[in-house]
Amino acid sequence: MTNTTAGAPRTLYDKIWDAHVVERQEDGTCLLYIDRHLVHEVTSPQAFEGLRMTGRKVRAPERTIAVPDHNVPTTWDREKGIDNEESRIQVEALDRNAREFGVNYYPVNDIRQGIVHIVGPEQGWTLPGMTVVCGDSHTATHGAFGALAHGIGTSEVEHVLATQTLIQKKSKNMKVEVTGRLAPGVTAKDVVLAIIGETGTAGGTGHVIEYCGEAIRNLSMEGRMTICNMAIEGGARAGLIAPDETTFAYVNGRPHAPKGAQWEAAVSWWRTLYSDPDAHWDKVVTLRGEDIAPTVTWGTSPEDALPITATVPAPEDFTGGKVEAARRSLEYMGLAAGTKLTDIAIDAVFIGSCTNGRIEDLRAAAEVLRGRRLAEGVRGMVVPGSGLVRAQAEEEGLDTIFKEAGFEWRLAGCSMCLGMNPDQLAPGERCAATSNRNFEGRQGYKGRTHLMSPAMAAAAGVAGHLVDIREFAAVTA
Amino acid sequence: MDKFTTLTGIAAPMPLVNIDTDMIIPKQFLKTIKRSGLGVNLFDELRYDREGNEIPDFVLNQPAWRDAQILVAGDNFGCGSSREHAPWALLDFGIRCVISTSFADIFFNNCFKNGILPITLPQEAVDALMEDARKGANARMTVDLENQTVSSSDGQEFHFDIDPFRKHCLLNGLDDIGLTMEKAPAIDRFETQMAQARPWI
Ligand code: SF4
Repeated sequence: MTNTTAGAPRTLYDKIWDAHVVERQEDGTCLLYIDRHLVHEVTSPQAFEGLRMTGRKVRAPERTIAVPDHNVPTTWDREKGIDNEESRIQVEALDRNAREFGVNYYPVNDIRQGIVHIVGPEQGWTLPGMTVVCGDSHTATHGAFGALAHGIGTSEVEHVLATQTLIQKKSKNMKVEVTGRLAPGVTAKDVVLAIIGETGTAGGTGHVIEYCGEAIRNLSMEGRMTICNMAIEGGARAGLIAPDETTFAYVNGRPHAPKGAQWEAAVSWWRTLYSDPDAHWDKVVTLRGEDIAPTVTWGTSPEDALPITATVPAPEDFTGGKVEAARRSLEYMGLAAGTKLTDIAIDAVFIGSCTNGRIEDLRAAAEVLRGRRLAEGVRGMVVPGSGLVRAQAEEEGLDTIFKEAGFEWRLAGCSMCLGMNPDQLAPGERCAATSNRNFEGRQGYKGRTHLMSPAMAAAAGVAGHLVDIREFAAVTA
Repeated sequence: MDKFTTLTGIAAPMPLVNIDTDMIIPKQFLKTIKRSGLGVNLFDELRYDREGNEIPDFVLNQPAWRDAQILVAGDNFGCGSSREHAPWALLDFGIRCVISTSFADIFFNNCFKNGILPITLPQEAVDALMEDARKGANARMTVDLENQTVSSSDGQEFHFDIDPFRKHCLLNGLDDIGLTMEKAPAIDRFETQMAQARPWI
């Protein structure tokens, strides 16, 4: 384990960890204090039920934030309620639990409602140096602020509700550095897909990843959230980016961000949150930003990521258990080895999710779509990450661009990222998606998902097949 | 939580790598507000066709493995979503132990909270146990948590490592929350200190 004795050089992860240890046992197991606990309707009902059964209370309701996102309808008639009975019961359970236990709550009809990982940062709940947990693996998103943020199971949700702590063992430190500058057309999504393509979906297992390097530094907060969001797809429970002026500028003025003298005190602490130059790393991966091309996935694991200029691989290109996995993926995806990725025709485009459902993502997609239309036979759906993102996009007229291009413009929620509500792919339907998982059945039974950036997904919709955004822009601009 | 001491039972071979939690329990079954009853939908999309008929080829549908209590699985088992419905579904089906070369972190953690023992072993050991599991109902594996060993039906024995605290909790069926609640004074102290050091939180 990393040496964290006083004075020794420490990583950012070490520093946040040390600041939250309530108690350490001899074997290194720690009781870690949790600053923010985010809650959604799918992974919390059994936890609240557990509290009720044992007569326990929520220890720190003021640090707990609940919002329904996975099951909520994204259609405009949402106020008429949820048709699916089980979905409705789950959302109603959150409603009841949030009110009964007195936690902060953004109900379905609140303009601030949205995907929990978009709402937290937007409202200023997520701040640098915090510990943030949620019963959701994409909690890693909040690491973009230099917060230690990771997903937990429902038993741990109950543990945090009851005690505001978690029993944890420290993970190892992994550094992923992306040097240099990104080429035009290459976005945060391409960077993180390229990283996972390089490290594999288990490359970060047992580690907390800190993303650093010039290419990461130059990203906006939205881009940084896209990177950290997919840390889990690389196997790491948490991803981190050290806070800097970009972070402070984003946080400043948010409803729950500190104000006045407290702001000054906070910023001065936040400025100490970086990895010391001689800190110890258990694993280091370096990518050259210049080398990263627009990247898409071809298979059913996020590690099946390749530059858009590549062709679909053959099972024989792999070794070990991956040979069988690749064969299965190709069959599921209905793809033949050797097909150029740019020849893959699509039926649907999904723009949204906690990976790419923020205002910058919608702007990037709209930019590509301005004055263009979806190809014949392709359907498209845009689902803003929160009600406030939607309002902002409408103010900028982006909704008009999407609608004129033939897209459906929806209300905020997880939607087709996992299709727990009616937003699903039909069997065999192939989708260019800005979400984070291309697992079998993720977006709908037998649905086929190709992950990519918002601009690439929009361009694929116009062309009717996957395209290299660099050429697309050049030819048709 | 049920105690876990020793287990002798049938092991089902699932050599596929990267078995994710969407495969273990697809999203349509996450709408429950209970912990129990998920066993019939364990591996649903691998196990049943669209009409709900069993797919005969799938290992848990074959007579030899219908009562499996152990899974021997490919690398990176349990990756993806944090849903604790995955261990709940395994448990409800009757699986108390999963053996693989590696597990995704959150799934690994969730197992311990539900009395399931995830065992990490080197490739050669998992290969040997996979072979043994293929023999089906006549071959029973034994997992001994106290002594930290897995024995195949033909008497090969493999030692595994486990965190001592987790072992203690599993052996005694202890609930973490109760243990932590006893530390309330330490948590109170921490909160007082924090209110001074980082009052904005
Ligand atoms: S948008 Fe998708 S990945 Fe994000 S929280 Fe919702 S379901 Fe999970």
